[in-house]
Amino acid sequence: MMYQPHQPHQPPPRPPAAPHAAVPAIAVSDLTVAYHEQPVLWDIDLHVPAGVLLAIVGPNGAGKTTLMKAMLGLVKPAAGQVAIFGGPYRQQRQRVGYVPQRGSVDWDFPTSVLDVVMMGRYGALGWFRRPGRNERDLAFTALQQVNMEAYAARQISQLSGGQQQRVFLARALVQAADIYLMDEPFQGVDAVTEHAIIELLRELRAQGKTVVVVHHDLQTVPEYFDWVTLLNVRRIAHGPMAEVFTEANLSHTYGGRTAAVPRR
Amino acid sequence: MTSQQEVQLIAAVIAAACALPGVFLVLRRMAMMSDAISHTVLFGIVVGFLLTRDLGSPLLFLGAVLTGVLTVSLVELLNQTRLVKQDAAIGLVFPVLFSIAVILISRFAGNVHLDTDAVLLGELAYAPFDRVVWQGIDLGPRALLVGSGVLLLNLGFIGLLYKELKLATFDPALAATFGFLPVLLHYSLMTIVSVTAVAAFDAVGSILVIALMIAPPATAYLLTERLSTMLWLSVLLGVASALVGYWLAWALDVSIAGSMATMTGVLFAGAFLFAPERGIVATARRRTRQRWAFAQQMLAVHLHNHAGSSDEAEECSPAALHGHLRWSPDFAAQVLQRAERNGIVRREAERLWLTEQGCRLAQTAGAG
Amino acid sequence: MLELFLSLWSNWGDYTIRTVALGAAVLGVTSGVLGCYAVLRRQALLGDAMSHAALPGIVLAYLLFGTRDLGILLLGAAGAGWLAALLLLSITRHTHLKEDTVLGMLLSVFFGFGMVLLAFAQKQPTAAQAGLSRFLFGQAATVVERDVLTMAGIGALALVLVALFWKEFKLLSFDPDYAATLGLPVRLLDVGLTALIVVAVVVGLQMVGVVLMSAMLVAPAVAARQWTDRLGPMMLLAGIFGAGAGIVGAVLSASARGLSTGPMIVLSVSSIVLFSLLFAPRRGLVWRWFQTQRNARRLRFAMQHGDVPLSVPTAPPSDPLPDPRIAEQKGVSG
Repeated sequence: MMYQPHQPHQPPPRPPAAPHAAVPAIAVSDLTVAYHEQPVLWDIDLHVPAGVLLAIVGPNGAGKTTLMKAMLGLVKPAAGQVAIFGGPYRQQRQRVGYVPQRGSVDWDFPTSVLDVVMMGRYGALGWFRRPGRNERDLAFTALQQVNMEAYAARQISQLSGGQQQRVFLARALVQAADIYLMDEPFQGVDAVTEHAIIELLRELRAQGKTVVVVHHDLQTVPEYFDWVTLLNVRRIAHGPMAEVFTEANLSHTYGGRTAAVPRR
Repeated sequence: MTSQQEVQLIAAVIAAACALPGVFLVLRRMAMMSDAISHTVLFGIVVGFLLTRDLGSPLLFLGAVLTGVLTVSLVELLNQTRLVKQDAAIGLVFPVLFSIAVILISRFAGNVHLDTDAVLLGELAYAPFDRVVWQGIDLGPRALLVGSGVLLLNLGFIGLLYKELKLATFDPALAATFGFLPVLLHYSLMTIVSVTAVAAFDAVGSILVIALMIAPPATAYLLTERLSTMLWLSVLLGVASALVGYWLAWALDVSIAGSMATMTGVLFAGAFLFAPERGIVATARRRTRQRWAFAQQMLAVHLHNHAGSSDEAEECSPAALHGHLRWSPDFAAQVLQRAERNGIVRREAERLWLTEQGCRLAQTAGAG
Repeated sequence: MLELFLSLWSNWGDYTIRTVALGAAVLGVTSGVLGCYAVLRRQALLGDAMSHAALPGIVLAYLLFGTRDLGILLLGAAGAGWLAALLLLSITRHTHLKEDTVLGMLLSVFFGFGMVLLAFAQKQPTAAQAGLSRFLFGQAATVVERDVLTMAGIGALALVLVALFWKEFKLLSFDPDYAATLGLPVRLLDVGLTALIVVAVVVGLQMVGVVLMSAMLVAPAVAARQWTDRLGPMMLLAGIFGAGAGIVGAVLSASARGLSTGPMIVLSVSSIVLFSLLFAPRRGLVWRWFQTQRNARRLRFAMQHGDVPLSVPTAPPSDPLPDPRIAEQKGVSG
């Protein structure tokens, strides 16, 4: 099965993801995705260089989550492809960490915080092997990175929204990936968590990681990120913040409704 | 009227009575409530019988209806503790009440007409022998009278509260702001479902009640989206299953209720496969058509997006369709052929140009 | 209760009672453990549909092979239950009908068809068909040692698979999308887990019957969930609850005439659920009520003594659960 058991305890050493490497971290080319023959994404082309903090921004129904799911191979494109460091997702999945929307799971599931974080190692563990001491240590370290180590033994239903979000972040961190894809991590979290997440994002960038975030709040985009993709079924604009995050592009993305957009 | 005709009439009336509230159960995502209610009404009947020792007593009917409503409240109570999710709550409540009823029957009422096979299947064939006689005049089989009464009640209920039910089903929040009291409406509907289940239970047993309440509306929902059409279509489908099921049972000498339930399934399977718009066959054909149209649109958008870009020459060539869009060479050739025929694309050697019509197509595509 | 166990103890040498108790224990463990997945994945009613759907499979297997051998009948049951699960998947995927509608329809239509087949079978002159109706409400007395061995074999296989694919099934139940991004073959695991639930349903059919079998999946899991916050202990407890209820119910039903096995087992397991919902520490309703009272008393006391704590202990780990509806608010996005 693809889900491979050959991994040693730590992910193998990888070529450092230099920010100016020739191979883009993510290359989306001519991507079209349709649900029931209704296109949700039309012919998207994006090159995400390694080492950037990229926000995907657009109105509701713009296909932001779909784009992220297509990057992860969760939805099958009608045309086009996504390459992760030059290869298909299947072969590169160990280099990608995913933070889904917090509301996508049942938080009353009978499991502990540490256990959820350890799930990030399941892919590397392979069939039939149980997580052991090594996985516990990695998970605990990841929890420390998001200031949640005190909650390791807690049942997940007893967490606040922001804490749940940080647990999901820790679960992605424990994957020790080079690319992190996060779907609305700031959705409904408290100020402390928002601050913690943004600190973490910057730390990841400092380590040369690539972070792609589906984001809702236009006001904080220039402050938090250095690249941005404006999306509304089609790619409206994509590139470094200063070049792309302009009034004209925004109004194009939101169909002239920008005035109403920046609110929390 | 012969007793055979009477049985058919009873079956048809009950099928019609069940289909009406069933439509709302299906639309309000509460279909499994009918499973719960149809099982638990037995509890009310048994307790009523043990108290009155008379199977004909109206108290049995009342007790059964109350148990149906009690079931709904218990499920909601469990759900409100937040310890149990809705589906599990249904799965907990009805087996308990049904189990108690089965044990009470076999312990204390085993020698009377109530027995466990009848519980599941009813005894439609014997229904004509239980007649209502008033001052020496034969008014007809009891099941027919009760069934007709319930059918009228359901018609009246839906007729009177049609727009309220419709709004509460499709937009409960808005209905609440209009002061339509969704909770009251919900419980009235559940009472109606209970009354119907009790009336049908006697004749056709608890399992067929579910079949008659859910399958015809589900079939109708594949054929229409209009509530009014769905209502009469469900009634029609229910009655048809009842009659055909009856004849089949007669021909094969098997359980009438089982045969009727099977027929509701056969009708559903027919609609699932062959419904004019929603059926598998129609969908597949539409998909194929849309796939070509969509592929041409995709081609137009692709050419449009890359027009004027630095990689224009490379992207706008027939070869790119295979390499970039990940189309198989065969598929790409066919799309191109169609697009050319439809005047979307012009081809000059290894270079594709969008026609004016193609440009318009690209701009309108994905504008939403 | 005590009397029951005394009678069980003193009758342990009694072949029938021992067989019945063992069979019930096997059924309880299997359905208890696998029911945890059914409940956690919100498929509680899938078991109901599957068990009703199993009836035509049983009768068809009998009609085709003319045998009462439990293994063959259960194979038919599993086939039909499996078919119902597949149809559920395919109909909900290809139409706009909701899952509950399709469940209700499949359940009643399959069962109705089963009754039609049963009528056929009952017209056969052989005496063998007489045993088929035991699958409606279950009949402990008809269970023989061979049946118990069959049930135990099937059940053990299912449990071994649960152990082997422990972390995969856990992740699949908690967060299937994430599981897919890690490279787990989600579709295959889903199909496998559904098959295991079919197995759990099928194992109990002879004891509990098709009508009530779903309760054996749902009830032990719901009861166990109240006592623990971890999946492993939950499954262990559910297995114990299931087995206990199975034994108690089966022995009670064998002890007197007119007590069908299925209903007796269901009532036993439901008592465990009721007790758990009320008295389980931290989650139980009584516990929660006392907790609220104590908090109110503390607050009153503090106010009387002019020493209102800045933070009333609002959310210690033992407090009532947060409203899941809040957690379920989905982020809006394209």
